[in-house]
Amino acid sequence: MEDVRSIVEHTYRAEHGRIVAMVIGAMGGDFASAEEVVQESFEAALQQWPREGVPREPRAWLLRAARNKAVDRVRRGVRLGARVDALEVVARLEQELAATPGGEDWQAHPDDSLRLLFTCCHPSLAVDVQVALALRTLCGLTTEEVARAFLVPPATMAQRLVRAQRKIRDARIPYVIPEPDALGERTRGVLHAIYLLFSEGHSATQGAELVRVDLCEEALRLARLTCHLLPRHPETTSLLAMMLLHHSRRHVRVAEDGGLVLLDRQDRGRWDAANIAEGLALLDGALALGAFGPYTVQAAIAALHAQAKRPEETDWEQIAALYERLAKLTPGPVVELNRAAAVAMAKGPAQGLVLVDDLESSGRLTEHHLLPAARAELLRRLGRTDEAVAAYRRALALVRTEPERRFLEERLKEVLADVPPT
Amino acid sequence: MKYLLMLFENEKAWDALPQEEAQKVLEEYMAFSESIEKSGNNIAGEALQPTSTATTVRVRDGKRLTTDGPFAETREQMGGFFLVEAKDLDEAIALASRIPAAKSGCVEIRPVMDYSDVMG
Repeated sequence: MEDVRSIVEHTYRAEHGRIVAMVIGAMGGDFASAEEVVQESFEAALQQWPREGVPREPRAWLLRAARNKAVDRVRRGVRLGARVDALEVVARLEQELAATPGGEDWQAHPDDSLRLLFTCCHPSLAVDVQVALALRTLCGLTTEEVARAFLVPPATMAQRLVRAQRKIRDARIPYVIPEPDALGERTRGVLHAIYLLFSEGHSATQGAELVRVDLCEEALRLARLTCHLLPRHPETTSLLAMMLLHHSRRHVRVAEDGGLVLLDRQDRGRWDAANIAEGLALLDGALALGAFGPYTVQAAIAALHAQAKRPEETDWEQIAALYERLAKLTPGPVVELNRAAAVAMAKGPAQGLVLVDDLESSGRLTEHHLLPAARAELLRRLGRTDEAVAAYRRALALVRTEPERRFLEERLKEVLADVPPT
Repeated sequence: MKYLLMLFENEKAWDALPQEEAQKVLEEYMAFSESIEKSGNNIAGEALQPTSTATTVRVRDGKRLTTDGPFAETREQMGGFFLVEAKDLDEAIALASRIPAAKSGCVEIRPVMDYSDVMG
């Protein structure tokens, strides 16, 4: 029983976006109805699979269930944005079903995901909402997960999502990849959504798993498709480069016991060389276009880490300079914190601490464990152990993922061992 | 689907326009009107008298309250509208972006409510 539930959950994560994308297409772009229909199909799976066994082709089963529910809705005359008829829905979903069962053919259906991504990022929706909608619909994050990514209460996020879906239906935002001349307006949201999806996978904001490779890979897949659509677009190329460079460390970022392994302790021989080579080449391509946007700067930082054979060879001076540039392009507390860490490496912990303290006194990021964790680390390096202990305890009170909690606990233990007995 | 395209512009800027430039803009409007007539998008459209001619009426507790001027005092004022037929929002945006007011002011697009489902 528990097993079936986890299979349904896994299928949800892996397939939800693409199933929704297809059903929206078949239902004439009616976002809200399509999402409800797919949701009902997953609920049906939760009830039926434990009794009847897990079907051999779960996604074909789900798509068929969604088709039946969609047709049922159309027959019952539930209002649809584009007024499709039942036969049309059947025909379009039959077409999708015919292409699905083989498994690998599924990958050959990139257009629906992209169509969905670009529809979510229509410029007539607020940028925040665009990204939230993409994460929810395409990437199958729960409303709670999306709310956390945007630091708003779940009820607020739920309301925003419903409003956006309603606007898509009532103003009739078309379900298409826009014409080339309209692409530019939407790229910002699209790239932001892909980036947040990757970040959510790279360091999950809660739960037992630190890394969700499925989300990272979906983000990479979408970035590749977007690059294909927008060749010679430096920010798109840079985003893909940056994600590949981060992704190259996926095998060594988490220890066997599930704990976090920091960059300076990772086995660099096990970084994925193919990812690194591709990332560096893409970054060169973006730099050759003469652009220096936020994603290019972040890719350049990731590249400097990737190129250092040993931690001591890391060019922290340049990394600190790049963070300074990034802070000007996209000001924000997390960028400032990273900059402080880089400055600490380049110029010593005391200088880094000045920046961290500035950040703290600005009152931003106070509810996040990263700030006290960074302070603790710098205080420890400065030998101010009592203060370091207090900062680690503060970080522990705020941390949300289990592996990060364990990491902080270990560090705290190390520091406590250093405290001279009084 | 019907969309109302509402044209907002700064009236003072319009008044200050030299006559030959104003003439040019009017010609652009005529060309636009003609082109959406030909393409079948046009349903209706009018230019409005300036906001100095506006009167706003409210009824509160059964009492009528009439005031001078437009509903909102803003930098830009509604100067006219087009009612168009477009297949979706992207087509409506494409039409709106060809209206001269889009260059000097802005055009608000609102889908027109469709009661055909409810009324049968």
